[in-house]
Amino acid sequence: MRKVAIYGKGGIGKSTTTQNLVAGLTEMGKKIMVVGCDPKADSTRLLLGGLAQNTVLDTLREEGEDVELDDILKEGFHGTMCVESGGPEPGVGCAGRGIITSINMLEQLGAYSDDKKLDYAFYDVLGDVVCGGFAMPMREGKAQEIYIVVSGEMMAMYAANNICKGIMKFAESGGVRLGGLICNSRNVDNEVDLIEALANKLGTQMIHFNPRDNMVQRAELDRKTVIEYNPTHLQADEYRKLAKKIDENKMFVIPTPIDISELEKLLVKYGIAN
Amino acid sequence: MLLRHTPKEINPRKALTINPAKTCQPIGAIYASLGIHKCLPHSHGAQGCCAYHRSTLTRHYKEPIMAATSSFTEGASVFGGQANLLQALDNIFTIYNPDIVAIHTTCLSETIGDDVPQIISKAHEDGKIPEGKVVISASTPSYVGSHITGFSNMVKSMALQLSGGEGRKNDQINIIPGWVEPADMRELKRLCQEMGLNTIMFPDTSGVVDSPQTGKFQMYPQGGVGLHEMRRIGDSEATIALGKFTSQAAAEALDAKYKVPCQILDLPIGLKATDRFINALRPYSRLKVPESINYERGRLVDMITDMQQYLAGKRVALFGDPDQLISLSEFLVDLDMRPVYVLTGTRGKKFLRRMQEILGQAVPEAKVQHAGDIFLLHQWIKNEPVDLLLGNSYGKYIARDEDIPFVRYGFPITDRVGHTYFPSVGYQGGMQLLERILGVLLDRKDRDTPEESFELVM
Repeated sequence: MRKVAIYGKGGIGKSTTTQNLVAGLTEMGKKIMVVGCDPKADSTRLLLGGLAQNTVLDTLREEGEDVELDDILKEGFHGTMCVESGGPEPGVGCAGRGIITSINMLEQLGAYSDDKKLDYAFYDVLGDVVCGGFAMPMREGKAQEIYIVVSGEMMAMYAANNICKGIMKFAESGGVRLGGLICNSRNVDNEVDLIEALANKLGTQMIHFNPRDNMVQRAELDRKTVIEYNPTHLQADEYRKLAKKIDENKMFVIPTPIDISELEKLLVKYGIAN
Repeated sequence: MLLRHTPKEINPRKALTINPAKTCQPIGAIYASLGIHKCLPHSHGAQGCCAYHRSTLTRHYKEPIMAATSSFTEGASVFGGQANLLQALDNIFTIYNPDIVAIHTTCLSETIGDDVPQIISKAHEDGKIPEGKVVISASTPSYVGSHITGFSNMVKSMALQLSGGEGRKNDQINIIPGWVEPADMRELKRLCQEMGLNTIMFPDTSGVVDSPQTGKFQMYPQGGVGLHEMRRIGDSEATIALGKFTSQAAAEALDAKYKVPCQILDLPIGLKATDRFINALRPYSRLKVPESINYERGRLVDMITDMQQYLAGKRVALFGDPDQLISLSEFLVDLDMRPVYVLTGTRGKKFLRRMQEILGQAVPEAKVQHAGDIFLLHQWIKNEPVDLLLGNSYGKYIARDEDIPFVRYGFPITDRVGHTYFPSVGYQGGMQLLERILGVLLDRKDRDTPEESFELVM
C-alpha cells in the first residue's frame, strides 16, 4: 500500500484535487482510502456526494473510546473508503490534537491493515503545517510520500516551501519523501516556468500542471468529481493524467527548502515582474 | 547513600533539571484559593493534575485538601473544555454548595487555549451559577514559573475579581501575607491587632488547612477571608504586601483598580524584616507600638545574644522559595551565620538583586542561584561542606548522605509536623525558628564532642 499525503496552502484546491485524483486512480482499478484531516470535514464530499458522515472525533465524543471502524468508514465513488477526522469548531479546542487522536484511532482500529487490501491511503491535510498535529501524517509509519498543491501565487509558493521544511524534519527520522508539486493553475503569468523553477530549487519535480477550468466548480456544486460528473470532459482527462503520473512516479526526494529572498528572486525572474 | 551518584565535579547543564526546587503553578493557586472562606478550588484540566496537586498539599498540611476537576478526556482536549466546565459548575453548586469556586487552569487547558473567563460568562448566561455565588479564575500553566507564580496569579485574581469598594476610605488596611503557613497568617493578624489596626487579610488559610479535630467532617472549615470582607478591600487606606514574588502583583492590581496605595515588604521573618513590618503598620495605627510587642522583640534579641557563640561563623545552605529565602538569609546574617549557598527553583532576577543587597558585603563568598535544582545545591555542598541545611523535606537526602544538621523549612514538608502550627514570622516566630536551628546545632555538638569536653551547660 502506498500512503500519500496532500499538503498545500488553504484554498488552493487540495481536497478537490485529491478527490479527482482518487477518482482517476479508482478508474485504474485501485482500492483506495481517503482520510480527511481537516476540521471542516469536507475532504470526501465529492466522493460521497455530500457531507453525510460521522467524523472520527464526533463519534469519539459521542461513543467514548468504544468506536468501531464501521461507525466512521463510509464507501464512496467506485468503492473508495472515506473517513473524516473532523475537529472542533473554529476558535476552541485543539485541531492539531484532533488529527493526532483520529489518526492514532484509525491505526488502532486496523483501518490500514493488510486484509483491507488497499492500494493507496490518501491523507488530505488542511492548510499550512502550523503545529505538531498537522505534521502527524508525516510522522513515522504514516504517509511515505507527499505531494504539495501549489500555484504561481506568491503565498502558495511560500506555503509550499514551508511544508518542505516540515518534510525535511521528518524525512531524517521517519522516511517521508516529497513526490512532487501539483500546480493548480491560477492563470498567473509564466506559471509553468515559475513552478518548474521552484520545483527545481526544492529538488523535486512539477508532476502535473492542472489547467484552470470552470467544469471543476460545476461538478463541485453537484457534489461530484469531474470524472463522475462529466467523464468525457477535457478536465477529467487532466485528472486521469495526474493519476497515471502519480501511479508511475519514481521520484521521491528529501526537499531542499529555500529562504524567502531566494523565493522572491524566482518571482522577479519568472513572475509578475516581467 | 541514596544520592551517591551525585558527582562533586560541576559540569555545565542546560536542558536537564535533577531534583527540582519547585513544583506546579496550580499547587500555589489551590493553596491561595483555600484562603477564602467556603471556597472550592477547581482544576480545569485532566484528573491526574488535580489528584497530584491535592495529594501534595494534603501531605504538607495533613488535612484533606478539597478540589474539583473538569476531568478532561481525549474529546475535551480536542473540542475544548467548555462542556466539562459548565457541567462541573452545575455539579459543584448542586452537590458541594460552596460560596465561591476558584478555577485555575492546567498545562493542557492552557495549551489548547480554553478561554475560562468566557466559559464563566456562559455559565452565568446558562444559569449554572446560583444567585449570590461567585466564580473566579486564574491562568496557571506550569510550563511558566513555579508554584509561587501560581500562588501569585490566584491572589491577583482574588484582588481583581472579588474586590469591591464604595469609594470612601474606611479605617482599615489590607494585608497580603504571601505564601506563609496558616500559623504565620494567624500571627500576622495578632500583631496587627496588637497594633490596634483593623485589617483584612487575603488569602487567609488559618482555620482552613489547620482546622481542629472536632469529630465532625466539615467540607468548609471556619477560616478564610469572607466574600463580604473582600468586597470592602477597595476602601482600605493602604495595602501592605509581604513578599515580592507572591504578593506584589495583587497589591499593584488593587492599587491600579481602587487607588489603594501599596507597600511591598519582605516577609517578616527574622529581626529586621519584622521591624520593617511593624514600622510599616505604625502610620495607620493611632497607638504607639505597644510594650507587648517591644517585649517580644527584646526576648528575641536576648536569645540571639545569649546563644551567639554557637551561631557565629556557621556556614548554612538553604533552598526553597524566593520570598522566604530573602528574609531567612537576612536573619541568618543578623545571627552572624554565613548563608553561603542560597538556591531557589523559581526564576527571577529580582531575587538575585535582593540577595546581593543582603549578602554582597556580609558573605561575599556566597553562591546564589535562581531557576536552580537541589542537585546543584548538593554539588556545592560536596565541594565545600556546610554546618547547617535549611529547606523542605527533599533536603533530607542531602542531610543524611552528607551528615549535616537539617532544619525543615518551606514547602513541602511531608515528614514532620509543627510547620503549620508554629509561626516563623514576627519576633515570636523568629524565636521558634532560632530555637530549632540551635536545637540541631547543639545536638550535633553533643554528638560529636569528645568525652573530656562534653558540657552539661551550653
